Amino acid sequence: MSTDQATIGDDTVRPEQANGRPVWMEKPSLLVQALKFIALAISVALVIIPFWSIIATSLASQETINAAAGGMVMWPGGIDLTAYQAVLSGGVVTRAMIISILITVVGTLLSLATTAGLAYWLSRSGSFGSKPMVILLLGAVLFSPGLIPNYLVVKELGLLDSYWSLILPVMINAFNVIVMRAFFQELPQELFESAAIDGASSATILVRIVLPLSKAVLAVIGLFYAVAYWNAFFNALLYIQTTDKWPMALVLRTFVVNQTTIGGDQLGPAEALPPQLSLQMAILVIAVVPILLVYPFLQRHFAKGVMIGAVKG
Amino acid sequence: MALDQTSKRLQAEPIDWGDSSAPAARPRRLARLSRDKLLVLLGLPGAVALLLFQYVPLLGNVIAFQDYQPYLGIGESEWVGMENFSFLWEANPAFLTALYNTLVLTVIQTVLVFPVPLALALLLNSLAGERLKRLLQSILYLPHFLSWVIVVSLFQQMLGNAGMLNTFLLQNGFPIVEIIGVPELFKALLTAQVIWKDAGWGTIIFLAAISRIDQEQYEAAAVDGANAWKRMWHITLPSIKGLFILLLILRLGNSLSVGFEQIILQQGPVGLPASEVLDTFVFNNGIVGGDWGLSAAVGLVKGVVGVLLVIGANKLAHAFGEKGVYEK
Repeated sequence: MSTDQATIGDDTVRPEQANGRPVWMEKPSLLVQALKFIALAISVALVIIPFWSIIATSLASQETINAAAGGMVMWPGGIDLTAYQAVLSGGVVTRAMIISILITVVGTLLSLATTAGLAYWLSRSGSFGSKPMVILLLGAVLFSPGLIPNYLVVKELGLLDSYWSLILPVMINAFNVIVMRAFFQELPQELFESAAIDGASSATILVRIVLPLSKAVLAVIGLFYAVAYWNAFFNALLYIQTTDKWPMALVLRTFVVNQTTIGGDQLGPAEALPPQLSLQMAILVIAVVPILLVYPFLQRHFAKGVMIGAVKG
Repeated sequence: MALDQTSKRLQAEPIDWGDSSAPAARPRRLARLSRDKLLVLLGLPGAVALLLFQYVPLLGNVIAFQDYQPYLGIGESEWVGMENFSFLWEANPAFLTALYNTLVLTVIQTVLVFPVPLALALLLNSLAGERLKRLLQSILYLPHFLSWVIVVSLFQQMLGNAGMLNTFLLQNGFPIVEIIGVPELFKALLTAQVIWKDAGWGTIIFLAAISRIDQEQYEAAAVDGANAWKRMWHITLPSIKGLFILLLILRLGNSLSVGFEQIILQQGPVGLPASEVLDTFVFNNGIVGGDWGLSAAVGLVKGVVGVLLVIGANKLAHAFGEKGVYEK
């Protein structure tokens, strides 16, 4: 890759560029520009409108929703937080949210620790046992064992209906290990040699040198793991039998996708039961918001993290 | 202690981190284990998890040859040979429906879904402003991080009978359009959902590849009189052909897996004939229906065929002079 080209995420404007366009590039015609603008505007609108409308509806009062014939609204007509109050003051949704947060936090930490450990072992060329392990890793990317055998293993380990069934089977993602290993291999190896000569053990080198230099890849892979834990639906459907242990995804399926009516006894104490639609949208917003919150902080690392996976994987 | 260990390692092999390509310098296996024991220990939890949940389950496939009963377990269940695989030679209508739907969805999604990220990437790439480009990318990547439960909910709220589109139509005196829960439209709906969720994210890999093309090629072509279309056709597209073929191979290898979570969530109102695919067939017959042997057999056949498809597609790529997923 030559260094003088403008890559994604390159902030510098070269002197010969006007409006970010090199001098040799002709000015696009008005028609082409208009078509491009329309195509991109439609794509962006298709992404943003659903988010906007679920947030608006979750804030809407009964009157606004009635005025919209009981359907979704684009403008809440005043902020009414009773749906959030009802959903978050105890009951099914609050419990599911706490469970999902705990699983996401514990799971992501365990995933990052085990992934970094495994990637570090396999990134040191010639280390004991790394060659067969790399082959097993590549095999795991290409083949998946299948639903029934996975279920049997979880069952034999006695993990059915335990929160660990939502963490352990997905704790290690072979592709993420490969990406992280590739990143570790690109770090300047002389650092490790001199640290080893200074008497640092492998663990010290990992914690004090490798990890601090790998913040970008840790951020991206941490995001991938966290999103997977937060979104986990199918494993929960498969392994969790007790309703009290439901994570957010199962609550979302029951009350929003399947439109099961939410009774007052399933919520925290509220003066009057808000409209079902507002409750549903509040649940949906609560499931989406954590992703929207972490997203802006991590997305600048995407290009880097994903590229390594694409090139080395 | 750490210092002690390191000094021992340094005595055993002075240039310690170097590659072990020189056979003379390679220490014996045990010496290497004692040298690397802390390193291996750091990686062990991850390695154990990988083996336990990726490779041990492969052994569980033996129940495809059993009349598996959960209360008896693998050890006690009766062996029945190839009986569970009878769906392969006896026409099993439910299986054939699932196979048909899977193949139709794969073809539709490969033809319709696959080119969208490429088109979007070319469009984004043609924008001059870096800042605008990055803002648009951030917005378009977002749906990828939502779970299928959320995506399905959003589609219901937008296109369902009480959703935004129909509320709008109703208020303006038009009849409502039924989209969700209509068997005839189900495959189109699934395809639209896949595009909405992953088309934006799919651009990331094309954009990265495009950014690696040498800009001087474009400059030279422009000087020689090639317009923007010609530059795209003769420089950009040929440069990312290999990547495109690689992604197509990976898609082909997965062609028997189509949107499992996505379909399970929406199967109820649409009914099995329109929505059953191989993965849901395994789930519905095995976990829900209790016919463990049959569903494990279907899962095993699906896995083996998937591997054969990847190998075959890779051979095809080599035949066309491309690198493919792995080298020859």
